[in-house]
This record gives sequence, structure tokens and C-alpha cells, in this order.
Amino acid sequence: MSSSAAAHPAHENQLSFVRQYIFSLDHKVIGKQYLFLGMFMALAGGLLAYLLRWQLAWPESAVPGMSWIPEPTMFQGIIPPEFYNAIVTMHGTIMVFFVAMPILLGAFGNFLVPLMVGAPDMAFPRLNMMSFWTIFTAAMIMLASFFVPGGAASAGWTGYPPLSADAVYTGVNWGITLWILGLALEFASFLMGGINFLTTVVSMRAPGLKMMRLPLMVWMQIVAAVIFMLSVGPLIAGAVLLLLDRTVGTSFYAVQKGGDPLLWQHLFWFFGHPEVYVVLLPGIGAVLEVLPVFSRKPIFGYKAIVYSTIAAGFLSFIVWAHHMFVSGMDFDLVMPFSITTILISVPFTIILLAMIATLWKGAIRLATPMLFALGTLMVFIVGGLTGIFLGSASADIYLHDTYFVVAHFHYTLISAVFFGGFTAMYYWFPKMFGRLMNETWGKIHFALTLVCFNLVFIPLFKAGLGGEMRRLYNPFEYDFLKPHQGLHQFATIAAILLMIAQLPFLVNFFWSMFKGKVADRNPWQANTLEWAAPSPPPHGNFDTAPSVYHGPYVYSAPERKEDWQPQHQPH
Amino acid sequence: MENTISEKLLAKSNGTLSHARPQKNGSLPTVELSINRSLLGLLIFLGTEAMFFAGLISAFLILKAGSAVWPPVDQPRLPVAVTALNTLVLLASGYTMHRAVRGARSGNQSALTNWLALTGVLGTIFLGVQGVEWGRLLSYGLTFTSSNYGATFYTLIGAHGLHVLAAVLVLMVVFIRALQKRYSVKNHDGLVLCQIYWYFVVGIWPVLYGLVYLS
Ligand SMILES: [Cu+2]
Repeated sequence: MSSSAAAHPAHENQLSFVRQYIFSLDHKVIGKQYLFLGMFMALAGGLLAYLLRWQLAWPESAVPGMSWIPEPTMFQGIIPPEFYNAIVTMHGTIMVFFVAMPILLGAFGNFLVPLMVGAPDMAFPRLNMMSFWTIFTAAMIMLASFFVPGGAASAGWTGYPPLSADAVYTGVNWGITLWILGLALEFASFLMGGINFLTTVVSMRAPGLKMMRLPLMVWMQIVAAVIFMLSVGPLIAGAVLLLLDRTVGTSFYAVQKGGDPLLWQHLFWFFGHPEVYVVLLPGIGAVLEVLPVFSRKPIFGYKAIVYSTIAAGFLSFIVWAHHMFVSGMDFDLVMPFSITTILISVPFTIILLAMIATLWKGAIRLATPMLFALGTLMVFIVGGLTGIFLGSASADIYLHDTYFVVAHFHYTLISAVFFGGFTAMYYWFPKMFGRLMNETWGKIHFALTLVCFNLVFIPLFKAGLGGEMRRLYNPFEYDFLKPHQGLHQFATIAAILLMIAQLPFLVNFFWSMFKGKVADRNPWQANTLEWAAPSPPPHGNFDTAPSVYHGPYVYSAPERKEDWQPQHQPH
Repeated sequence: MENTISEKLLAKSNGTLSHARPQKNGSLPTVELSINRSLLGLLIFLGTEAMFFAGLISAFLILKAGSAVWPPVDQPRLPVAVTALNTLVLLASGYTMHRAVRGARSGNQSALTNWLALTGVLGTIFLGVQGVEWGRLLSYGLTFTSSNYGATFYTLIGAHGLHVLAAVLVLMVVFIRALQKRYSVKNHDGLVLCQIYWYFVVGIWPVLYGLVYLS
């Protein structure tokens, strides 16, 4: 094994540029491809966020800097109602499916899972490469849909029929067909990814790496993969029916011809709720890796966290109808789904308590990854607590489809994707690129992000409690919502500042990639296997195939001189 | 040739999923699994496939429960008896597939190819009968758009038909490879993958037949 490892550098030079960086089979290169795709799509999703925030603060006025967008999409920078619908639809679609999933699962899952289990690569490298190029195609289709006649999909990111089933309601025909096609390819991509993740973890762990010695990031990735694989089938079925309604002229969802529009909502949310955990769990996983390292303490309640995650994954399949309390579904379903929804806060409370207990009396180092991990915790707690109101049907009937919901799910998703994603980015950057990021700029980025993020969404809680429905093109056409304009202007200014606050990150990211301080193998003095490989790891990962002798979180053991104990070092 | 390092490294642990390597520390537990890696990947994929059919079936049941008369009075009835015979054909192909793999396991090349050929013929007969029956139903006025009865029928049974078609195509590849004597007693992974997929499409059919034809 070691002789072939020694041959790495020579061999790598033999690969052509195309095979090394474009059609690469190396899980680390594929992970980076996912990362750059996700970051690029985040720019698109962010631009859409800018447009919709502007419309909500100063409706029907020219958006600064946007007069170049041609008619009929926009009129000298003014957003027409049809395009506003497309903006909110595509913002949600892009951020969930083309930013959150590629970055948290595609990038970090791909990069970390083989390294953390001590494997040379994924189980199926070719399938892995195909999964990236499939989602790349899907992303291009999504972006292209802005340029077809009628514009991009505008039926909401949830694609409810009849809006999504018939162009008479939205004026969008091609856009929605492309939207369905793009999502179908995205699902196919993550199916390939999920098969790879699960097979790799089941079959390629290093000797001694029992399941209960896996780093929690790996647990989160595989539970997320299982949840995704089991929930996406019914949505694909629902999408097939929707496509048939649109193209063949069937009436699965057309109520006037005996169809049932609620059927789509059931199939969509059977996937949609677990999907929240698909992107949430890897973010939590990153936090769980960072907390022990930067408080120099073993994780508190490893098994409790694992079992809670599995329990939450299971419960996520029986809560979906909490999205449908006001949809007119059978009222007898409301109580059971309220109960399961509130029940799901139990495993997450256990995980949060374990996180806080891990910090308790630790020797805390407030490096940037740790700051973002703590930020994830804080933001997620707000998201979780506000979710309890929405899970209880009596409160939800009032709050449903208001800005309270918008604020709530941005607190849960942004905590996981944004804060969790940055936790992972700052923590594993030295392993990915072999250089350290700048700490000062990292801390500035963190402080600005945390403050601006809260300033965007706290006003939206208030707008929602004041009864403001979301998805209104110009809310202030209604007299009772006119007093909310100030809240929206405040949120919009904060959102613009939040976007500006990402510039320090971008500069730091690209500067450090080429000019940062060179990182050694284990800059954070962490235990998990990825830190045993060189930074960045060569094709094939490890110099010698590692064996594992104990769990991943042995920190500050009293009998040892160092306060850490790498997994691959015997006692 | 094109072999990259990771593939070479992977090849070392391929075949059976065993990471048993020489170790200094004898007490070290190792990860051992007796199933093939590709098979594991296929089984995970089939889990998603099963959920896809579960989604279609639940759509069928919801639409059926939501309509006053099922099947609608003006729509033709499904060919229950012919399809019952066709069900037997498909189940028989499951048995012949079993015999083919048994042939490979015992090193009997002619048993392998003969039973594989018979399996392919049975699968094709199933598809052919389904096609003829579809033609008749269409001529009687049961179409995709004539009613939700027709729409769910063609979607659900059509989705299964496409899976059988895919299985027959895979089987043809495996059959050609069997003729080239590529499957030995020890190494017939591709054959086993084809077998498992075949069992899947055979196995879900009786469920669909019961739900769609017998209700
Ligand atoms: Cu939900």
C-alpha cells in the first residue's frame, strides 16, 4: 500500500488537465466542483433575494443597478408582477436545491466522507463524477429557464397545482417544464451521491472504525442520505404526474376533471419536510465536529446524538401534513400531525443540550470555525423555537403563509446552510486547499454576518405576527399593511448589508487559497482521520492506510501529555 | 491504461467487502461484510425505486378513493383473466432466473445460457401481451386522458412496463456476456446484479396486479 502511495505525485502529473480537474474521479476534486457550483448558484440566488427585497421595501420603483435587464422581464429596473412571482420561486428553488444541497452534501459530504472513514476514495468514483455533471446540467437548465419565452417558473418553489399544472394561471409554460426537468436531474444526481455515500460508509471503513466510532459528520451525512433516498421517490412520482398533466393532458391534479390538487401537496411535503433535515443535518454535523476540537473536550453524549438523529430522521417522515393545516385536508389528520411535529423537537433538544454540555467548562478557543459553530447554535435555537408555534395547528391557522413562516424557515435553513456551511468552510479549508484562512477577516465576516442576518429576519417575524401574507407583489396596496413598510425597508437595508458582509469572506477565500499561510496536516489538533492525511490530500488520500483504535473525540485525557489523541494512533 | 490510483486502491478491496489486512495489533476489530459492493449500491437504489412505486400507488389509491364510481361506468374493464396468465409468465421468469444463477454457481455454462434465454423470452412475452392488451384498451376508449381511471392505469402499469423493458435490456447484455463465458463459479457479480433487479420487477408486479386489476 505504501509503495503505491509513494507513486502518487508522479502519477498525478501524468493525468491530463481535463482528467484531473474537469472529469476527475477523485472525490476531493469532485467535492470542490460541487463547492464552486454551489457558490456560483448562491450568487444567482442572492441576486434574486436582492430583487425581491427591493420590491418589498420600495414596491414598483426601479431597482438600483438593474436597469440593464431587458423587457419584458423588467422595465427600466422596475419589477413587473409576473417576474416577481418567478423571482420568489427561483430564489427558493436555487437556494435549497442548488446551493444548500451541493455545498453541504455535494461538497463537504464528498470531500469528507472517504477521508473521515479512512478510504482512498468513494465506492463508485465514476458514479460520483456523473453525479456532479448531472447536477451541473440541472443548474444550467434552471438558469436557462430565465431566458425562454414566458420566463422562469413562477408557481412558488413548492410548485402547487393548479398554478404549476396549467399555463393559464401564470403565463409560464416552458419555464415550469424546465423547472421540473431541472429538479428531476438534481434528484438523479443526489441519488447517485446517496448510493455512493452509503456504500462507502458501509463497506470502506478503515480497520477498527466501528459504526459507533464514526465522526458525527459522517453519521449526519449518511442519515441525510437515507432520508433523501427514501423521501424522494414519492416526489419523483408526483413530478411524473405533474409532467403528464402539463404535457399529455391528464387530470391528476385538475379538480374540475376529478383530480386532486392536495395529492401533490402530500407527495411534495412527504419529501419536503425530510428535505429540511437533509440540508440541516450536515450543518449540524460540522458544528458537532468543531465544538469538541475548540473546547478540547470529548463530545457529550455521542450515542444519544446518534440515536436522536436517527429518531429525528424517522419522525421526519410522519410530520409532512403540518404544511397543510389550512389546505382543506381531512381535519382528523390535524391533531396527529400536530403531535408528531411537536414530538420532533425532542431529539433536536437532546442534540442541542449535548452541544451545550460539550462546551461546559471547556477550554474554549474562539477561532473563526468555533465562532460560526456557536452562531449556528444561536440561530438554530431561534428557528427551532419558532417552529413549535407553527407545528401547533391552532397557532398555525393564524400564522400560516405569513412572513412569520418566512422568518422561521430562514432561521432554520440559514443556521444550517449559511452558518453551518461557513463553520465547515473555515474548519476544513486548510485540508481542502492546504492553506490557512485569515483569522481577522474571518472574525469580521462572522460578526457582520451574525448581526445583519438577525436584522433582516427579526422584522419579518413582526410583519408575520401583524398578519402580512407572503408572496404579495405589493403588500402596501392593503391599508392594514401600510404600517409594515418601515419594517420591510429596515429588513431590505439589512439584507443588502448582509450581502456586502460576504465580501470579506470571498476575498479571504480566494486570497488564502493562493497566498494563505501553508497549513500542516493537523492545524487544529483534531482527532478525526482526515487530519492524518496530507493537506491537501493527494489522489488516494493517505500515505498508509490508517487503522482506528478509538472514538473520534478523545480530548484532554488525563493520562496523556497532549490534549488530543488521533483516531489512528494506538494508545 | 486509464486506471487511476484510486481505482487501483479500490480494486484491492473489491470483490468482497473485506478490509481484513495484516495487523500488528491482533485484537483490532475489522469491518467485514460478505456482500458485494455493487450489490449494496443496487439494493440502496432499489429502496428508492420501491418508494417511487409507493408514491404512484398512493396517488392511485387517493384518486380512486376520491371518485364516486370506480371504474367509471363508461370506461372499458381491464383484462383480468389474460393478465392473470401473464402474471404467471412473469413469475415463471423469476424461477428461470433463479435456475440460471444456480447454473453459474455450479459452473454449468449451458444451463446458465439456456435458462437466461428462457428468462428473456418470458420477459418479452410478458411485455408483448401487455402491449397487445394496451392496444385493445386504447381501441375501446381507455386512454391517458379519457379519465383518471385510464390515467392512473397507464401511469402505474406503464412505469412497471418500462422497468420490465429495462430489465430485459440488461438481461440481453448479461446473456451476451454469458455466451462469452465471462461468468465463472467464483466471479459472476454482474449476473447477480441482473438477478436482483429482475426479482424486483417480478416481485412488485403481483402487488400492482392486485391493486389495479382486481379492485
Ligand atoms: Cu415541515
